[in-house]
Amino acid sequence: MNRKWVSYPYFVWMLIFIIIPSLLILFYAFTVRDEQGIRFTLDNFYKFCEPIYITVLLKSLGLALFSTFVCLIVGYPVAMILASKQFSRSTTLSMLFIIPMWMNFLLRTYSWLTLLEKNGIINAILSFFNLPRLDILYTNTAVVLGMVYNFLPFMILPIYTVLMKIDGKLVEAAQDLGGNSLTVFSKITLPLSIPGVMSGITMVFMPAVTTFVISKLLGGGQYTLIGNFIERQFIQLSDWNFGSAISMIMMIFILISIGIMSKFDEDKGGGAALW
Amino acid sequence: MKRVLAGLLVLAVVLSTGALAGCGANNTTSKGSEEKVTLKVYNWGDYIGEDVIKKFEEKYNINVVYDTFSDNEVMHTKLKSGGGDYDVAIPSDYMIKRMIDEGMVKKLNFENIPNYKYIDDSFKNLGFDPKNEYSVPYMWGTVGIIYNKTMVTDKVDSWNILWNDKYKKQVFMLDSQRDSIGITLKKLGYSLNTKKMEELENAKEELIKQKELGVVQSYVGDEVKDKMIMGEAAFAVVWSGDAVFMKRENPDLEYVIPKEGSNLWFDSMVVLNNTQHQKEAELFINFMCETDIAFENADYIGYSTPHTEAKKQMSPDLLSDIAAYPTKEQIKNCEVFEDLADSIRDYDRIWTEISAK
Repeated sequence: MNRKWVSYPYFVWMLIFIIIPSLLILFYAFTVRDEQGIRFTLDNFYKFCEPIYITVLLKSLGLALFSTFVCLIVGYPVAMILASKQFSRSTTLSMLFIIPMWMNFLLRTYSWLTLLEKNGIINAILSFFNLPRLDILYTNTAVVLGMVYNFLPFMILPIYTVLMKIDGKLVEAAQDLGGNSLTVFSKITLPLSIPGVMSGITMVFMPAVTTFVISKLLGGGQYTLIGNFIERQFIQLSDWNFGSAISMIMMIFILISIGIMSKFDEDKGGGAALW
Repeated sequence: MKRVLAGLLVLAVVLSTGALAGCGANNTTSKGSEEKVTLKVYNWGDYIGEDVIKKFEEKYNINVVYDTFSDNEVMHTKLKSGGGDYDVAIPSDYMIKRMIDEGMVKKLNFENIPNYKYIDDSFKNLGFDPKNEYSVPYMWGTVGIIYNKTMVTDKVDSWNILWNDKYKKQVFMLDSQRDSIGITLKKLGYSLNTKKMEELENAKEELIKQKELGVVQSYVGDEVKDKMIMGEAAFAVVWSGDAVFMKRENPDLEYVIPKEGSNLWFDSMVVLNNTQHQKEAELFINFMCETDIAFENADYIGYSTPHTEAKKQMSPDLLSDIAAYPTKEQIKNCEVFEDLADSIRDYDRIWTEISAK
């Protein structure tokens, strides 16, 4: 009985901040308000099927997938270094990844703006050494850079937790049986770390596909991603119905991706425990 | 049992928050007459003299809660969704028209605003408030091109310069659909209030062309000020008051109003319909129109004042600066924004198509 009591505040919290808002989005998405009042309709969804909106959606998915991929390529080796027993400075390294997260993410993104400027710090250093200038601000590259920079810890930490849990004896057994390091990695380490990889991918992909601040600041307003588009529906056009419909579509995408991920994640939940 | 308990808990939470909100409302209404009144003011960011609020509080023994917004639409959405219970707001022309139409603002009692007499007659009875019943002008200005004289050799007097592919990555456009589409319509010789799809399509093609020429470095907001001062690009489309500020910081910069015409705008003070303190709100508006205060505001923020006496105190340099006080001739082709009603959706569609390219 005691235990149940403990969960009530959380239940109330969920009700007020998750369930009721979701129902509101659902309601707005399937209604429009006109002269006759509020009526139910699928118009908001039909409207989204126009080619330009689909282009925006595909572009967001593409950029988010690419950023997730880069995070994985960069993050996995880092997680391995962190987890390896020979590496004595793992606390320092993991602190280096976590400390930036203490600072507001908006500030960190703004500072990239100053770093990457034409006459910014990076270009000042490059031109001091007579190196070619770096002109990537307001391009896709800058947006991907911003996403990778901001979301990389979400990839590293779940993988790291899973790798830490792998029984060292399994690795030793594989080595005793004559597996070289590549075989050990592909037959033992990698398969056992898949749950961590999957939760890492989810943790990065979800915020990446819906971000609107990074694309606004580092993309210089040249790229409408789905997040910017939703923001505009609410703030500029006060079209809450269409905005909600797009949010619903996004939620469906995210639910699908979580569904796929959890297929791989069935055994123990692995790294997700950390989050 | 479990469900009943949970239900009770939810009820308790809802009731207590409701009660709290009730208390809040009571504080501002009933106690108002005996204790200090709190006036809530909603204005653009960085748009008032530094000590003005303090002076008002001391003079009239009224508390001021001062909040800021970054564009008209954000302000409208917040007020419309019931946020903030503000008493005074300072939106722009077309937004004031929309707010009058939607019944969001109150008629003013001009007996409480005697300083209204200082406002130049040419700023009264404007299109968005034809009988001048709802609003008192605060600042006005134009939209134009600011350019860096050290980076540009051509004569800058037309919007066409922003489509010249000699200047690759040298242009900052405004990240505002209304303004960016508006100046393109002017470039093409149309009205910037057009609702005709054909003209809007032409403007869209023109903006896409501009993007494909590679002249646009980015579409920016307030950060444009720092960027132009640092010499990050040769041109930017800016509001006149920001131009005054930028020129002060970097003398290489110059401001022009293109000959095809541009946007002429007015920001005016209004009292919101759900105010409990109309008298104090009018007192505030009157205070903002006192000569010293109007001068302090205009001097600090760099925009142009419609206040006749305050204008007389301005330095001759500023008065001869076309960024601050353009002549009638220079603004003869300029237009004031009108509320687009449902056409804003067409504008948004076009803007999406441009930025999805």
